[in-house]
Amino acid sequence: MNPELINIFNSIVANATPLVIASIGETITERAGVVNLSLDGSLILSAMVGFVAAFVSGSAIIGIIAAMIVGGLIALIIAIGGIELRQDQVAIGFVLTLLTADLATFLGQNYTRIPGPQILRSPIPILADIPVAGPIFFNQTALVYLSYALIFGLWYWLFRTRPGLALRAIGERPETAFARGANVNRLRYLYTIIGGALVGLAGAAYSLSVKPGWATPPSMAGDGWIALAIVIFGGWHPFRVVLGAYLFAGLRALSTAIQRTPEIEISVVLLNGIPWVLMIITLLLVSSGAIERLLTVLPRPLQKWTRNFLRSDPPAALGTRFKQK
Amino acid sequence: MGLVMNIELKHIHKRFGAVHANNDINLTFATGRIVGILGENGAGKSTLMKILSGFQSMDSGEIWLDGKPVSYNGPQAAIAHGIGMLQQDPLDVGAFTVLENFIYGQPGNLSPKRKVAQQQLEKLSQRFGFELDPDMPVSQLSIGQRQQLEIVRLLALGVRTLILDEPTTGISTEQKTLLFDALRELAAKDSMTVLLVSHKLEDVIALCHEVAVLRAGRIVGSMDMPATTTELVTLMFGQELAAQPRQPINANSDDAVLALHKVQLRNKRMKIDNISLRVRAGEIIGLAGLDGSGQEMLLRACVGLEKCSRGQIDIAGRDMTGKSYREFLQTGVAFGAAGRLEEGLVAGLTLTEHIALVTSHQSFIDWNSARQHTEDQIKHYNVRGRPESRIETLSGGNQQRVLMALMPQEPVLMALEQPTRGLDVDSARWIWQQLIERRKGGTAIIFSSPDLDELVTYSDRIIVFCGGWVQEVADMENLTLDELGRMIGGEGVIQ
Amino acid sequence: MRTRSMVFGLTILPILASLLITAVLIMLVGADPRAVFEKVWEGAFRDLRSFSQVINFWIPLTLVSMGLIVTFTAGLWNIGVEGQMGMGAVFATWGALTLQLPPLILIPVEILLAMLGGGLWAALVGILKTRLKVHEIFGGVALNALANIASIYLISGPWQPAEGGSVRATPPFPADALLPPMSPDFGVSLLALVIVGVVIVSVIVALRGTRWGLQLKATGKNARSALLLGVPTGRSAMSAFIVCGMVAGIAGGYRVLFTYGSLRPLVSGGIGFLGLLVVLLVSIRALWVPLVTFIFAAILGGSTRLKVALQLDASLAGVLQGFLVLAVLFSNGLRERWRETNPAHLSETDIKTPESLKADR
Repeated sequence: MNPELINIFNSIVANATPLVIASIGETITERAGVVNLSLDGSLILSAMVGFVAAFVSGSAIIGIIAAMIVGGLIALIIAIGGIELRQDQVAIGFVLTLLTADLATFLGQNYTRIPGPQILRSPIPILADIPVAGPIFFNQTALVYLSYALIFGLWYWLFRTRPGLALRAIGERPETAFARGANVNRLRYLYTIIGGALVGLAGAAYSLSVKPGWATPPSMAGDGWIALAIVIFGGWHPFRVVLGAYLFAGLRALSTAIQRTPEIEISVVLLNGIPWVLMIITLLLVSSGAIERLLTVLPRPLQKWTRNFLRSDPPAALGTRFKQK
Repeated sequence: MGLVMNIELKHIHKRFGAVHANNDINLTFATGRIVGILGENGAGKSTLMKILSGFQSMDSGEIWLDGKPVSYNGPQAAIAHGIGMLQQDPLDVGAFTVLENFIYGQPGNLSPKRKVAQQQLEKLSQRFGFELDPDMPVSQLSIGQRQQLEIVRLLALGVRTLILDEPTTGISTEQKTLLFDALRELAAKDSMTVLLVSHKLEDVIALCHEVAVLRAGRIVGSMDMPATTTELVTLMFGQELAAQPRQPINANSDDAVLALHKVQLRNKRMKIDNISLRVRAGEIIGLAGLDGSGQEMLLRACVGLEKCSRGQIDIAGRDMTGKSYREFLQTGVAFGAAGRLEEGLVAGLTLTEHIALVTSHQSFIDWNSARQHTEDQIKHYNVRGRPESRIETLSGGNQQRVLMALMPQEPVLMALEQPTRGLDVDSARWIWQQLIERRKGGTAIIFSSPDLDELVTYSDRIIVFCGGWVQEVADMENLTLDELGRMIGGEGVIQ
Repeated sequence: MRTRSMVFGLTILPILASLLITAVLIMLVGADPRAVFEKVWEGAFRDLRSFSQVINFWIPLTLVSMGLIVTFTAGLWNIGVEGQMGMGAVFATWGALTLQLPPLILIPVEILLAMLGGGLWAALVGILKTRLKVHEIFGGVALNALANIASIYLISGPWQPAEGGSVRATPPFPADALLPPMSPDFGVSLLALVIVGVVIVSVIVALRGTRWGLQLKATGKNARSALLLGVPTGRSAMSAFIVCGMVAGIAGGYRVLFTYGSLRPLVSGGIGFLGLLVVLLVSIRALWVPLVTFIFAAILGGSTRLKVALQLDASLAGVLQGFLVLAVLFSNGLRERWRETNPAHLSETDIKTPESLKADR
């Protein structure tokens, strides 16, 4: 394969990683029945905190930990407001979206446009030598490898373990989960915070790796909304979510390539609109039922294996409250 | 000793606000017996069983198992004590497969052994003749199958006492036979205790060894079976009930109010072909069938909420095929959905606002006259509530009355989904009086119900839905409940 | 009385809490909170000029908030309001730059164009929502971005200033195309004030006294039931979007026709999002809007000088406002919980049938 093409794919995987991590985090949260709408702001604030913490301490690891704490705290606020105080999760999430973005700008005002620590590539010895796939997937940063682990780990957790059954049940029908011994609200807290911490990790992945440094306006603004849309496009299934994230990153790479091609006369400004048009198209794909229809035309034995992958319904209890007796 | 189990309930009290749902209940259940817990809707029998199975806490009282007092803080703990309850709407997860549902809640290590669980599931299903495909999503099962799944699940958890809440609502006669056989075997061979909560005398008579009867939160009597229907009815209601006289057909002209010509209906799960039906003014048509056999689809198609994929629908002689719900409304049809607060009433709006919503046709609302009108309607329909009460604060029966008040006065056709769902006997009877009043004015009524009694009592004609087929009951004069039950279950379908 | 002091406390508490948190954050970046709050106060109320700046924030903020009252009543999250302001500004700009009319006609035409632009952009969100089942939050976010991209494209392309060219703004509008200020000292447009008054009154009257308003309310609370009761819910939602979009369009038009006198990127300046915060803060009670928008406008206007005076980023205003709304939402939750555990204070209509009892009947 053309080395240039391999480079492109390598960078697509790298650039998609924050989106992957953030949407996996949101998938966990929403599977538990809670909506964390604050992603766009959470990513920005955790990116800023992650960068500043790494800059001050000189250690990227500390930056990552700080970013995850920030993401987890934001999620905790949503959990308290939505579960304990029974307020609209969307409303709290939206307020936090704006608040955290402004907080990042305000608190990070003395740290803009300075160089800081970065997470470097660390190729995996044997795997990186596999032809084509090696250089694309295994010549990356540790965060990228972590994202692979998250993808498969979440799939295994959701569909192959007992606690995973509980996680799905509290988002689908909490009454049943309660009857089978789950502490619904405590689990919702737990998964909301875990999901939020992953969003924080995604923020650090921006400011320490993909778009290193901190600036206002932040370079990752808007990606939180894209990640939220990817979760819907992904049907709350880790594999499909990842597919969506890579698809997005791929099409972005394509539009950058078009911008660099002098033969194509198109305004650079207008190309910036592509991700947003794409977002609407992917959501239309889901809402039109096209993906679910695919399920019905498949032969029966295949249906069994693809049912979880192709479903489009959100967790039935998403955004609702559960009152434990 | 796990094999024997005696349950004693001592002085159990439970209040909901002003309602004393359980008032000093004392009961003993012996092992190996099938006991009917009988009582009309709202008598407190479900509450009592929910307390016993850990779904509800009691205000005071004690539960003794095998001579020792126990207390538990949830259904899981009750199961650990060997008491499991099958809810009327089985508590499962629709998005799970049968096998996942079976596994979820079982103790064990992180990753469940699917093969072992599947063998256990198949073995238990085979024993009782249940047909459960382990890979089928639960959302695609019938209520009867979901009950079967819940029963084998509870048995696998080692339950010694099985409580069933109104298990025969919405299941076929075939499934009912299967269920009753299973329960008899469990009581006889495994000496399990089976508690059957029901308001249906025929179920209790067919199955139980003894009954305990509740009325208004108290135990008013218990007796060994067999007992006669009259004895049980007297206990349940404190008096004998006169049978409702069958209403004669009142159709006064031959013109069809509603006519379906070779209609085809389809959704994600099923397709029903070739429905043809003529309904005359003043006729009452009952739609019988298991939950989700297509009755609701047909009702909704009659008012434009569901599109026919083929065929033609006429209302009062006008072709309405493909028209919207609002256009149907203008021809004088009325629709009442089963879930009142989900489809019909708007929680958060007051009674006056509801009335204004359907009666005011000017751009600006005259709130004084809307309020006046609401007060008139409250009086006329005997609603317990005030014009400024929010609708969700009313009881189910009063909500249903408001829904009636919101319907047009003299509709050509009323399509009603389970018009008496969740109502107490009084309210249900009142609703039917109202409906019969309206049919006298020429309104045709088409309704669905899971209650065979209701169908046989009020319908002039009955359409049976089963497995994608519809069939009209030919001989209404001699129709018995049993026969109707068999038809619903799929026997006697002409193909 | 315990009840009253409790309610009072739960109203005051969020304000104090958000001020306190903000003060801590100011100290975190090494500034003196007292100096900051003083500067903000001065920035808003020092003289007529600073006060007029507050009013110039208040006008568009009140407009969008009243528009959002309409969409929230219909149960819709019109996050797209930013883009609707932006499109209103773009359409008004087209009028200001190309139409040659006497001011008496030109200005009304510009305002109508602004309404058209905002209404169209809102209609897109509405079609996505009602016809194509794409949630209005996502439709709105995407259309916000697209509206901004469209205006940047216009500024850097077709409407580029003749000399040199910049991506920062279109050429200044001709004087006839601008709204006139009331006086040189008090730079506020009288016409805009009148429009705000008309919008406030019409929205309140429409929601309380008209069939349309009642239908919106029913749609917002339970669209399915409303449909079955004969409410054209799709049309209701659509009309709510369009009305809000038109009002937001005026707000966007005001930004270009008065505040800036030209079109620039992100012309809405976050005012649309701020409107959403306002409506959340007042729990969709229209009467409170003008007061709360005034406080928000004062914070916004007052903090514009922070950068110059104290080298602090003006995003502090957003931080304070965000914490305020968050604290209010939390105190609402506390109040509800407190009422639940003290049932003696329940009014009769608040009592609901316990779930379990419903199941039994």
